[in-house]
Amino acid sequence: MKRPRSGQWAAWAFLAPLVIYMVVFYAYPLFRNVELSLKDYTVRAFVQGNAPFVGFDNYIKVFQNPTFGPAFLHTALFTVISIIFQFAIGMALAVFFHQNFRLSATLRALFLVPWLLPLIVSASTWSWMLNSDSGVVNSVLHTFGISPVNWLTSPNWALTSVIIANIWIGIPFNLVILYSGLQNISADLYEAASLDGANSWQKFWRVTFPLLRPVSAITILLGLVYTLKVFDIIWIMTRGGPGNASTTFATWSYQLGFGSVLPDFSPAAAVGNLLIVLALIFGLVYIRTQRKQDLS
Amino acid sequence: MNGKRPIWKTALGVVLSALMLFPVYWMINVSLTPASAMRKSPPDWFPLQPTFEGYQAVISQQLPYLGTSLIVGLGTVVLTVAISAPAAYSLAKLRPAGRGALNFVLLIAQMIPGIIMAMGFYAIYLNLGILNTLWGLIIADSTIAVPFGVLIFSAFMAGIPNELIQAAKIDGAGTWRTFRSIVMPVSRNSIVTVSLFAFLWAWSDFIFSSTLNGGGTLQTITLGIYKYIGNNNQEWNAIMATAVVASIPTAVLLVLAQKYVAAGVTAGAVKD
Repeated sequence: MKRPRSGQWAAWAFLAPLVIYMVVFYAYPLFRNVELSLKDYTVRAFVQGNAPFVGFDNYIKVFQNPTFGPAFLHTALFTVISIIFQFAIGMALAVFFHQNFRLSATLRALFLVPWLLPLIVSASTWSWMLNSDSGVVNSVLHTFGISPVNWLTSPNWALTSVIIANIWIGIPFNLVILYSGLQNISADLYEAASLDGANSWQKFWRVTFPLLRPVSAITILLGLVYTLKVFDIIWIMTRGGPGNASTTFATWSYQLGFGSVLPDFSPAAAVGNLLIVLALIFGLVYIRTQRKQDLS
Repeated sequence: MNGKRPIWKTALGVVLSALMLFPVYWMINVSLTPASAMRKSPPDWFPLQPTFEGYQAVISQQLPYLGTSLIVGLGTVVLTVAISAPAAYSLAKLRPAGRGALNFVLLIAQMIPGIIMAMGFYAIYLNLGILNTLWGLIIADSTIAVPFGVLIFSAFMAGIPNELIQAAKIDGAGTWRTFRSIVMPVSRNSIVTVSLFAFLWAWSDFIFSSTLNGGGTLQTITLGIYKYIGNNNQEWNAIMATAVVASIPTAVLLVLAQKYVAAGVTAGAVKD
């Protein structure tokens, strides 16, 4: 009985820094965030430490705020449309690159670039490409006889613009995960399908797609968690505007807490906590799905 | 199909890659465009008369920002590896009670939106009076990488043969000695992977920089670019030149550690 106990001591000594770190730098900030949302904080109350407790007032205010409806709608549209396109394009590219033609490994590596670039770099490049007067996108549209679009300054187009940029950034992630899923499908299955006279289209829908379902589920769920929290792209390209035409929960929270001279920390924290609840719902579904797959 | 490698697929692959990387090309093209040609319609598709005025602006104005980001990035790497490597060794080899729960917490931790962490850190730092300090920013940036680091390290260390660790024990090495002299050197590849990602994420971070270090004397390159866009939206060659320079760590990561990158992306998502 003595050996395992001393082993446990060493095990926990090695874990201790991480556990302390998680408590101080994860749990405590999250706790402060909840506390912020349940009290009425102003900058002064921060310094004096005497913010009054107001219960769920901040949440009620957030729900009644005229920005709530649009922010909810934009968050949903941004997330769902981004994921549909990222997944579909990522899947098509994964199947294409799986055919191992010359240069395929190098080209596949190049596809990672958008995902690895600092978001401020991608966002500022897209901002200039989508510029109404001097952007290359409008210039190309012009050669096809399409009149210029005010991508970032028109309320009708701002959300579309940030979605386009976000799809571009997310394609590599989908490509890489789906590609690794494809590599786990046995080549024998395709050979058998060929012998049975299946064409490539049938092979995809009858072999690839069903066998990739577990990996696809994981890709989409992780995509949901990651896309819900996208902030940089939207804030840098449009600041959630014009008006609140591209405001999501993430940018709204930042806008309330840090975007103006007179910050509203408490409602900002309330919006943030709504976001975390959404992210955790999908996160838990993801973990459940992964566990189930490990068991089977 | 074997042995036959149709050229048209390579051609299609090149075209698709070119389309995908067009924004990157455009960033470089604009960074070399003279200010006088910036508003030309249609824009110049190739930098036929390249100018380096944008890059001169980077050197004269952005060097302090780049230096700050370098320090913050390196600090984040050190903190991340120091916290996550020993913990991962414990999770992978020493089988502590409660490791399932800890793994679960680490998974959840990766899903917390940055804006929420930023708000919590802001409240704490404001009360402690440590807003606008570099080490405060380093701590915040490391929270992006630590759960990922533990995941990568423990996946790798689980593959180290137990015989190797037993042999060290028989030679009289304690757990710490075994970790330092056997486990860490063997895990070199995973240290590279975790370090590269931790550096890149700290380097790219905008949300913590702007909230926790927005008023600091030493600011990061992401804020440098952000202010550039806000202040003088005429000099796009300077903005894009800064963006090109800020992309250097991405290029380094891709060249040095391409295979680890793909491994890093999939590590959290797919277990095989």
